[in-house]
Amino acid sequence: MLTRIVRTKAEKGHHVRNQTVKAAVLVAGALLLAACGTNKTESGSGGGNNQSCDQSKGTLVIGVIAPQSGGLSALGLGIRNSAQLAAAQANEKCATPGYKLEVQTEDDQATAQVGAQAATRLSSNANVVGVVGTLNSSVAQSVQPILKGKNIVQVSPANTNPSLTRGAEYGTAPKRQFENYFRVCATDDLQGPFAAKYLVGKAGKKSIAIITDGKTYGEGLAAEFKKQAEKDGATIVATAKVGEKDTDFSGVIGTISGSKPDAVYYGGEYPQAGPLSKQLKDAGLNIPVMGGDGIYDGKYIELGGKEGDLATSVGAPTDTLDTAKAFVSAYKAKAYKDDFSAYGAFSYDATNAIIGALSKTLTGGGEWSEAKRADVIKNVQSYSAEGATGEVKFDEYGDSTNKLLTVYKVSGGKWVADETGTFGG
Amino acid sequence: MATLLQQLINGLVLGGLIALIALGYTMVYGIIQLINFAHGEVFMVGGFASLATYRYFLPPSWRSDWWLALPLMAIGGAVVAVVLAVVMERFAYRPLRNAPRLAPLITALGVSVILKEVVRLGYPGATAPVPFPRAFVDHQFRFEFFDGTVNIGSTAILMIVVSIVGAIILQTYITRSRMGRAMRATAQDPDTARLMGVNPNRTIVLTFTIGGALAGIAGVLYGIHITNVDTEVGFLYGIFAFTAAVLGGVGSIKGAVIGGFAIGLIKTLSGQYFPGGTQYDLVWIFVLLIVVLVFRPQGLFGEPERVRA
Repeated sequence: MLTRIVRTKAEKGHHVRNQTVKAAVLVAGALLLAACGTNKTESGSGGGNNQSCDQSKGTLVIGVIAPQSGGLSALGLGIRNSAQLAAAQANEKCATPGYKLEVQTEDDQATAQVGAQAATRLSSNANVVGVVGTLNSSVAQSVQPILKGKNIVQVSPANTNPSLTRGAEYGTAPKRQFENYFRVCATDDLQGPFAAKYLVGKAGKKSIAIITDGKTYGEGLAAEFKKQAEKDGATIVATAKVGEKDTDFSGVIGTISGSKPDAVYYGGEYPQAGPLSKQLKDAGLNIPVMGGDGIYDGKYIELGGKEGDLATSVGAPTDTLDTAKAFVSAYKAKAYKDDFSAYGAFSYDATNAIIGALSKTLTGGGEWSEAKRADVIKNVQSYSAEGATGEVKFDEYGDSTNKLLTVYKVSGGKWVADETGTFGG
Repeated sequence: MATLLQQLINGLVLGGLIALIALGYTMVYGIIQLINFAHGEVFMVGGFASLATYRYFLPPSWRSDWWLALPLMAIGGAVVAVVLAVVMERFAYRPLRNAPRLAPLITALGVSVILKEVVRLGYPGATAPVPFPRAFVDHQFRFEFFDGTVNIGSTAILMIVVSIVGAIILQTYITRSRMGRAMRATAQDPDTARLMGVNPNRTIVLTFTIGGALAGIAGVLYGIHITNVDTEVGFLYGIFAFTAAVLGGVGSIKGAVIGGFAIGLIKTLSGQYFPGGTQYDLVWIFVLLIVVLVFRPQGLFGEPERVRA
């Protein structure tokens, strides 16, 4: 054993050492609380500097708020690239007469507090015409009011928590929350039950364990799943929560394994779900894991997702829909480093909704000013087009009218579409 | 009963990992009274370095033989971790050796942030968790125990064995060898140790080397057990290991190991049996830490502060 004796200043040594340990403990605590790292901003150019268009009046900015680093960056980068693609195409087509469009991407690190900073930064820029984002419902909660303050339209490609548009009482007394907030994807009160119908009805699983990550998205999704699963005759034999930064799930698996579930429903995202699936199998529970759109990514399989695992995701499969093929080939032609991922097509549609509304606002040679933002919101509300994910149109709450959902299954090392449909009560 | 045994095993596996990292904290503190917060990142870098060894240096035909691949990955991880720890000592901590205590502490935090960001931005794909190869026998042992099946993976056994064997070797080395005596002498009184012919710089570098090697090996074990590695894990397990070292008494080898296992067991057992479940398991770890520090401020095996003229 090392014996430690203070070397110099013997009388003070006792205090000094105690202070060091105390300070160390304090610092450790502070670090645990604080979000680590800072914002990384990359400003992506809208590309396509086509001189044949009149761009004499300057540059307008479409903001993107999505994770560009961290576990969920695969989804966030797909969102960013697809938004840039839409902006580049708009520039080529002179969709916004007199102006050049540019995409400014802010990294929210999938964290509400960082997302709020990103929203504040974007809303201080008078040339921001709209924001595409966020990925996470929990981040959207803090971004919504900030953008509302400046009347900036927000179209989310990926927020699936129903309360964002219809409030906490979304099932019984829906009430529009933010008139500047729209989304192009279906919500968890459809996605959860849709998953339950499949897992209980089609796959015949009757003893289901639910694991969540405690975040807005995962909790909401799992709650909706549970309601429908119980209605369909399944028993929820165990529920457990994992920490957002956990990597070792042996404890959680131990708590559910006693109740012998025949399937696990996971409310959360793939950085935890992939390893969880693998560790379940290692622990002798070789049962399918099912999740929502948050685990529908190739990374899930890389990180340990196993054959037979299931995920629901919003929309029809991108590679089968006719309207999607043009998007996919345009995306491929740009040779982006990252895949467009689960939300690429949605982000593309969301960006196009903003661009469409903006060009309607500017038609007739109008000048951009912050006062025009109200018109953009109005025009997004009335926007209607055939996009990469199907019909892009919004109802009176700002939700998409496109309620298509798809169940995917891991098969042969990749996600394969299994069943597409809508949830009908 | 099966659940209890299963959670005990899970706790020992987690504890073994924490103990390996905690040894580095405790040794460095013992000899230069520095809480080396960057030590968790050394562990993380070890994991990435072994992954790089596998991906970029191992010929594909060697990869399937674990008895060939695993030792080479361990060596790769440990060597990089050692080099990192030594460079860190030479350029970040040695110039500050006679500075006020807070200066090296803050420096350690800075080094920690730098290392994390360098790996995150520099290693291909490290902005997200990177999958780790199955470099060790992918086998699960299962046996019936009263009312259920208990399950333990080969990587889990390896983790427990390596941490205990590592700690025993280290303890023997420090108490029996010449260099071990030099380390203890330097810890007691560097000036007198120098008068007796001990080179304090060399001794301190050796301490960092041993701590770095253990952290590097912990990185490999973590990788093959969890099968992915992420830049965040250095900080997370660094905090666990720091807590383990404080719990066991900073400076004590035995304390670090027992503290590590205690934390592993508390985490899994409280997640199973305490109110709130796994979501609150971290809370119980720190409750235990506070209780221990109230009654034994020096930690379980730390020596009471002695003030000498």
